[in-house]
Amino acid sequence: MYDGMKPVYLLNDNIITSLGLSTDENTGSLKNGTIGIRTVTDPELYPDPVPVSLVDTDRLNARFSMILKAHQKTTPEDLFTRLEKFFIVSIHDALKNTGVEPGNSRTLLVISTTKGNINLLENRYRTVFSHKRLYLWELGRIVQQFFGFVHTPLIISNACVSGIVAIMTAARFLQSGAYDHAVVSGGDIISEFVISGFKSFQAISPDPCKPFDRNRIGLSLGEGCGTMVLSTMTGFAGKPLIRITGAATSNDANHISGPSRTGEELSWAINHAMKQALVTSRDIGYISAHGTATPFNDEMESKALGLSGLSNVPVNSFKGYWGHTLGAAGIVESVAAISSVRNNFLYRSAGFEIPDETGTLNVIDTNQSVEVNLCLKTASGFGGCNAAILYQKD
Amino acid sequence: MDLTITSCSHIYDNKVIVNDRIIFYQENIIKFADFAKTVYKQEQIVYPKFYKMDALSKLGFLAVELVLKERKLEGYHPEAVGVVLSNSSSSLDTDIAHNDTIKDRSGYFPSPSVFVYTLPNIVIGEICIRHRIKGESAFLISEAFNGRLLCDYVEELFNNNRVEACLCGWVEVMGDNCHAMVMLVEKNNPPMDGISGLRPMLFNVENMNFIMKRN
Repeated sequence: MYDGMKPVYLLNDNIITSLGLSTDENTGSLKNGTIGIRTVTDPELYPDPVPVSLVDTDRLNARFSMILKAHQKTTPEDLFTRLEKFFIVSIHDALKNTGVEPGNSRTLLVISTTKGNINLLENRYRTVFSHKRLYLWELGRIVQQFFGFVHTPLIISNACVSGIVAIMTAARFLQSGAYDHAVVSGGDIISEFVISGFKSFQAISPDPCKPFDRNRIGLSLGEGCGTMVLSTMTGFAGKPLIRITGAATSNDANHISGPSRTGEELSWAINHAMKQALVTSRDIGYISAHGTATPFNDEMESKALGLSGLSNVPVNSFKGYWGHTLGAAGIVESVAAISSVRNNFLYRSAGFEIPDETGTLNVIDTNQSVEVNLCLKTASGFGGCNAAILYQKD
Repeated sequence: MDLTITSCSHIYDNKVIVNDRIIFYQENIIKFADFAKTVYKQEQIVYPKFYKMDALSKLGFLAVELVLKERKLEGYHPEAVGVVLSNSSSSLDTDIAHNDTIKDRSGYFPSPSVFVYTLPNIVIGEICIRHRIKGESAFLISEAFNGRLLCDYVEELFNNNRVEACLCGWVEVMGDNCHAMVMLVEKNNPPMDGISGLRPMLFNVENMNFIMKRN
């Protein structure tokens, strides 16, 4: 922290995944232990059956259609891509009751995505959408124009840490006083592009993934979108107040597609976030880890959490429920983690049965009511990137 | 806070400028891969992994290589150095290459060595590995070069004491067209005579735009 830094509060949020189109729908499903990952047989997604977590298309379209009408837009629904619908539905829902105006020059829009409208490379879409739509800034422009945001959106594309980097960046611009409000939204869709790529890495588990379990053999892919509305003012914030108190990123400088061997670099990012928030590992009540369920990722995270003195803190991964939502993950999982802080309720880490080979983590194996005041969210991704962020109950 | 641009490189139209000097120009190179290889050889760089990289990583790698040849990253802890890059087309150039491997069911051959480069921040990963940089990093997307955005982003990193030095700039590749401009920004005032070819410039939008436009 430096002098004059403003506090940053979360006013409202939304998440869209296979488990629902709002934060409440999602957290309700988490509480019931519903798993959104299903084996899908769809030759347009992949030649063979593949387990994925998909957003309900009919419900999405119905919701989008209502929002189009509410905004008095005349553009036909099918001239918006699936991902654009995710962003518009999610941002529309999150802005409700916040008092934050997109048209205010003090409001910033930050978009996080890894692949944007990548499905438009497929032949079936080429006649409907222009090539320009593949560019992430064009996706940003469409979202900006829909809501009438004044400023060109800031777009982050930084692999699986994109979501946390987006929240952190927005928080920094609010802390410094550059803006008063920020709408941070992250989204990615399931596409043949992404499935075929992860398949070629042999990284996809044939069954729903099992983060931190000894028998984990790979990840599950998911799609989704998450939005957080942040502000330096508490006026319209939901209770209890949630504040972003620290965040940092780091790079492994080790391998472009494999994590650090030691976990040292993720641990640094965690330590920097704690230092900024003026807290220690003893203050952290809960950790929402990245937990992709690939053997190397989860092992690296165990080591990193150990190095930061966090081995005993209850930890879970949400990826056993809705898979790895890539550029959405940091935001979707932050919103779910914050619901744990708000409600003093920790969700079971789906897929976890037997402690991993290190056996050092305190993985949450059953839903539990516990008082939580400070939560750590972490992520790591291709390119050797790591990110950590802290959410504190005021 | 006074931040200084202590070294910079600019690559476009088969030309390479490092600080104030044109170090490479050859009119008749058409393919980006040939251009990148020629610069790599002329500069006598030895890093076999270069040949495995996609075009965006090759471009970013070369731009940073040339920046740091003029001004070494000495005396900094690895986590005190950051990398913030931006471009317009993300990794679309390689995305198209990956898509070509899956669009035909009879010739379905997606490859991990192509797919791994379908993220724009992989170039940051390659730069970090090469120069042992472990600090903050981010990849930002904007339609055209946006000096204001980069400046604001990097200044926040310094203001938050997250970096003491930061590489930042623009790395764009689409087909055989490329444009890179990368600079090293440092907090501590560098000795004036320690830098070849570049008078230290203040890190601000005007100077960024000036470097981006000169030829």
